[in-house]
Amino acid sequence: MIEIKKETENNYLNILVNGEADASSSIHLDKAIKEAMEEGHQRILIDCTNLNYISSAGLGVFMSYIEEISEKSIDFILFGLSEKVLKVFGILGLDQLLTIKENKEAAIASFREV
Amino acid sequence: MRHSVKYSFDIPSSKNKLRLMRKFVTDVLKVHNVSDIEINMMVLAVDEVCANIIIHGHPTDDVSEVKLAISLQKGGVWFEIIDQGNAFDIVSYQEPEIEDLVKNKNKGGIGIMLVKKIMDDIQFKSTSSQNTLTLYKKVEFTT
Repeated sequence: MIEIKKETENNYLNILVNGEADASSSIHLDKAIKEAMEEGHQRILIDCTNLNYISSAGLGVFMSYIEEISEKSIDFILFGLSEKVLKVFGILGLDQLLTIKENKEAAIASFREV
Repeated sequence: MRHSVKYSFDIPSSKNKLRLMRKFVTDVLKVHNVSDIEINMMVLAVDEVCANIIIHGHPTDDVSEVKLAISLQKGGVWFEIIDQGNAFDIVSYQEPEIEDLVKNKNKGGIGIMLVKKIMDDIQFKSTSSQNTLTLYKKVEFTT
């Protein structure tokens, strides 16, 4: 089960992902990111503070946007990952292909200048 | 005589019920004081193979049973997953390169990679009536 909330702040979009991103629920995560991309956001934060579990289906959603993030020079930053969830990103090295910060402050601080 | 503890669980044939299996595996391993990080890794590996069986192994027949047995023996945990669907030998399956998946904006293709990275040994056996997948992970636990 997954619950996704979107908050538009001053100059960025914050997507909160709560619960579990597994084979059945990750489609909702994908939909939220797809919409954010289509809306043309240049700064997207993914708040994973309450993401308790992620399987290949959830990892695959993030993986599928790596190229687009790079092509469009989007600031796409995940933060607040628990140790166990972060370790799952690390199994295949996706933690090196995505930008992951410890908390929201660090994520915001890493926005590139416009 | 070898000391071992066994548990078994019937996997629901729907992917939105996989969390029930994850809870079962988590609860079993918690009883034996396996660390949270290790538990999550093993839960993930079993979740991946069960999701595969549910999604690809049973295209039309959703009443087939998938059974999971967990056995803890000195030094490690064995997971045995038995199903009657289409055989899929993950041992001989050649995984794609992650760089290609990223380049092609794929969303799938990494489940089996995770299982192979997490587990220390994987064996697959298929007969005319059923498929048996055995996953082994070296881990510290209490009895």
